[in-house]
Amino acid sequence: MQGSSGWARFRRSESASGLSMIAPPGIYVILLLAVPLFTVLLTSFYTDGVTETGAKAALPILTFENYAEVWTKPIYRVLMWRSLLISLSVTCITVLLAYPIAYFVSFHVAPSKKSLWLFLITIPFWTSYIIRVFLWKVVLGYNGVFSSGLEMVGITDGPMSFLTNGAVAVTVTLAHAYAPFAILPIFVALEKIDRSYLEAGQDLGETKFTTFVRVTLPLSMPGVIAAVLIVFIPTVGDYVTPDLMGGGKLPLIANAIETQMLKLQHRALGSAMAVSAMAIVALVTVLFLILNRRFLRGNSR
Amino acid sequence: MTDKPVMIAFQDVHKYYGDYHALRGITATIRAGEFFSLLGPSGCGKTTLLRTIAGFEDISSGVVMIDGKDMAGVPANVRPTNMVFQSYAIFPHLTVEQNVGFGLRRDPMSKEDKAKAVAEALEMVGLKGFGARAAHALSGGQRQRVALARALILKPQVLLLDEPLSALDKKMREQMQMELIRLQRQVGITFILVTHDQEEALVMSDRIAVMFEGEIAQLADPETLYRRPNSRKVANFIGTMNFLPARILSEEAGRVEVDAQGFGRVTLDAAQCMGQGAGAEANIGFRPETLTILFEGQSAQDRESMATVTEVVYYGDMTYYDLRLDGTEQDTRISMRNVFGRPVLDIGTRTRVAWSPGALVLFR
Amino acid sequence: MKTVQRKPWGHRAYAIAYLIFLYAPIILLPVFAFNNSVILAFPLEGFTTKWFGEMWADQQMFNALRNSVTVAFSSAAISTILGLFAARASTRFRFPGKGPVVALVMLPLVLPEMILAMSLLVLFLSVGVNLSILTVILGHVLVTTPFAVAILTSAFQSLDRSLEEAAYDLGETPSSTFRLIILPLVMPGIVASFLICFTVSLDEFIISYFLSGTEPMLSAYIYGQFRFPANVPKVMALGTILVLLSVGLLALAEFYRRRGMARTGGKASGGFL
Repeated sequence: MQGSSGWARFRRSESASGLSMIAPPGIYVILLLAVPLFTVLLTSFYTDGVTETGAKAALPILTFENYAEVWTKPIYRVLMWRSLLISLSVTCITVLLAYPIAYFVSFHVAPSKKSLWLFLITIPFWTSYIIRVFLWKVVLGYNGVFSSGLEMVGITDGPMSFLTNGAVAVTVTLAHAYAPFAILPIFVALEKIDRSYLEAGQDLGETKFTTFVRVTLPLSMPGVIAAVLIVFIPTVGDYVTPDLMGGGKLPLIANAIETQMLKLQHRALGSAMAVSAMAIVALVTVLFLILNRRFLRGNSR
Repeated sequence: MTDKPVMIAFQDVHKYYGDYHALRGITATIRAGEFFSLLGPSGCGKTTLLRTIAGFEDISSGVVMIDGKDMAGVPANVRPTNMVFQSYAIFPHLTVEQNVGFGLRRDPMSKEDKAKAVAEALEMVGLKGFGARAAHALSGGQRQRVALARALILKPQVLLLDEPLSALDKKMREQMQMELIRLQRQVGITFILVTHDQEEALVMSDRIAVMFEGEIAQLADPETLYRRPNSRKVANFIGTMNFLPARILSEEAGRVEVDAQGFGRVTLDAAQCMGQGAGAEANIGFRPETLTILFEGQSAQDRESMATVTEVVYYGDMTYYDLRLDGTEQDTRISMRNVFGRPVLDIGTRTRVAWSPGALVLFR
Repeated sequence: MKTVQRKPWGHRAYAIAYLIFLYAPIILLPVFAFNNSVILAFPLEGFTTKWFGEMWADQQMFNALRNSVTVAFSSAAISTILGLFAARASTRFRFPGKGPVVALVMLPLVLPEMILAMSLLVLFLSVGVNLSILTVILGHVLVTTPFAVAILTSAFQSLDRSLEEAAYDLGETPSSTFRLIILPLVMPGIVASFLICFTVSLDEFIISYFLSGTEPMLSAYIYGQFRFPANVPKVMALGTILVLLSVGLLALAEFYRRRGMARTGGKASGGFL
């Protein structure tokens, strides 16, 4: 007969061990991530005002006004649109440029060299983001490296200015920064494809191109989707690049949030912006995933 | 065997994984010094049962006793058992010596004695001199021996082996089967082996428990299992068996008379009759080697029937013939040694076959 | 019947061009670090090492560097420990709430850092905690722990579960099993995790900038230096050193990871995937 009591058996049980194991990181993350995020959510419903001492604070007077302001005032909508647009174009460009190289390393590089290529590709990622952004500023700026280099070689006559166009600069910088994030998931998905599928296709008379379109591409879709999300989500919230590259004239969401929260001390409004931004990102992500599911199911072979 | 003391006893052991009923009322005993096998297809619960002996699985109800002591609440690291795992579980970051001596870590023995014990254990499994090798550089067969040495050095009362030969190739497997038998005789302790390979179980075991779906279907020595399986399922799992329809004519104390297709009227012992079904319809089972082809001038020692050859399958040392016995509607397969080096009958040949009632089993 | 593979020259050219694109800014670092000019443009003005000298003499920079290294070291240590717990819990046990909690731990990977920084800021300010190196560490741990969890989970997964049971069977306790068997086999993962978390923390900007109060972090210091054109080459020198350091740490991490795989007999596949 099992003599141990229910509690004793639980204590020895798998659940208890698991829970006690996950407790340290779990508690840390609940206190420092869940609680602050929840606080932000809560604060977004407060009202920005002034306390008795005259200090600016978010007073616990519940209201929807912050959201109303974020969603109706043109300045914020422009901001959101701009952020979304730049994010989406960065995502498109980055993923489109990343696919060929992921394909190259997966299919045209000897297995023993693959790690080396991946290593080479990820190295730039591990250097200081700040420095990289600044370097792009240097490269693309007025009389910067690109411009003066071309001048030196004799292709152009004077300093070029079109590259200082904020949006282009921001896009290029972000595309560079997130390139490895896009390459890796696509690479992993491509590696998983059983090569015998492709050979079977060719055996049956398909050209390399049709094999790619009908077999490789669909099978690598999960990786492409992951890449899209991995690039899109962080770029929406990027702060450094628009700040440094946009010359102050191209703020994106993150910059606006910073302005509200810190410079103007409008915590409630800032929180509402943050929540709205997160909501929009989540919405776009969900839409994207749903569209993909329908697309994939419709095309299932 | 019956005078040896009981080492392991199961009393109505049940085990649930959530809603899944993995062990359904296991009751059995295993004697000290036996080579015992748990045999069955994947998912039948044999490994689960083994692990309840080791202490890696708790049971939901019932009793598991080792050497007369109830093992409820006794953790695995204290039980008088040691296990050889299916993957061998050799510690890759240690040497062979360190692996084998691992269990002695807490033993108050002196260092010299420990080193001596390790050397002896290695010699016993045929790995003399391998002590300094790195564990991750060994072949499959070598790893298995290290696992054996590592377990046996602690002189457990019971050695548990979880499908130890399944990862080896055929030649290696056959070699290790003989080694395990030799080892068990030398060390003298109870070995409990889990396997899905019925040949392996038949070769090595003193007794076998055949398990299906969480229950023990039959527990007996290899010969009894082979000659007198207690159900069609067991009969089919161990070797191959032919089945022909039969009708029960009459039944008295200890004897049953049947009319079997292809065999005619036969009187069988009660010991040859399996199953509980009512009614007169049943099946007669017989092994391929129990029918003998009779040539010109040969006569049967017991009974005789006529058959037509329908298929010939050459196997090197044996030939399998499909025969259609007169009066039957399906083929039966018999086997014959190729004494002449090649098959002796052609398809379509009529032949006499000899058989003995003692070789038949009735399944109700 | 296999089709003959034509040498993919076009593809190769694209790959090389792409690599150039990736490395372009990085290559410029040493170029301008040794360039004898305050202006970052072509043509180059001559070789000099004076920027390195200036950088070395800058006390402010050293403070910032010291702060960043302290933060990086602490974050890496804490993250690796938390990662050990999380990885062990998720690979070995089933328990209620496992999915959500692990997802929460990994969430910072997909959350824009600005939002992380702002929410932490709101929390600290409302609780009344002063911003300091400690608050930066708390923030960085959130960001680096997912990396630790990913690396350590992979390390634990390649650990044969029977190894633990074997140790147990041979008489060890759960804690001695951890010490003698699990820890040594997971050690390469621990080292790799530490190095990665260190690197991530060192390069992190947003949280360092907003949560550091009066004690500057290195990345924030660099950010500030860009306003002074005269200081820019000095920053180039610093950047060069940082890149070399990061690459060195990464190579070390990869080396350890492979050595660990070899010892446990696993396959070395493409990096920290």
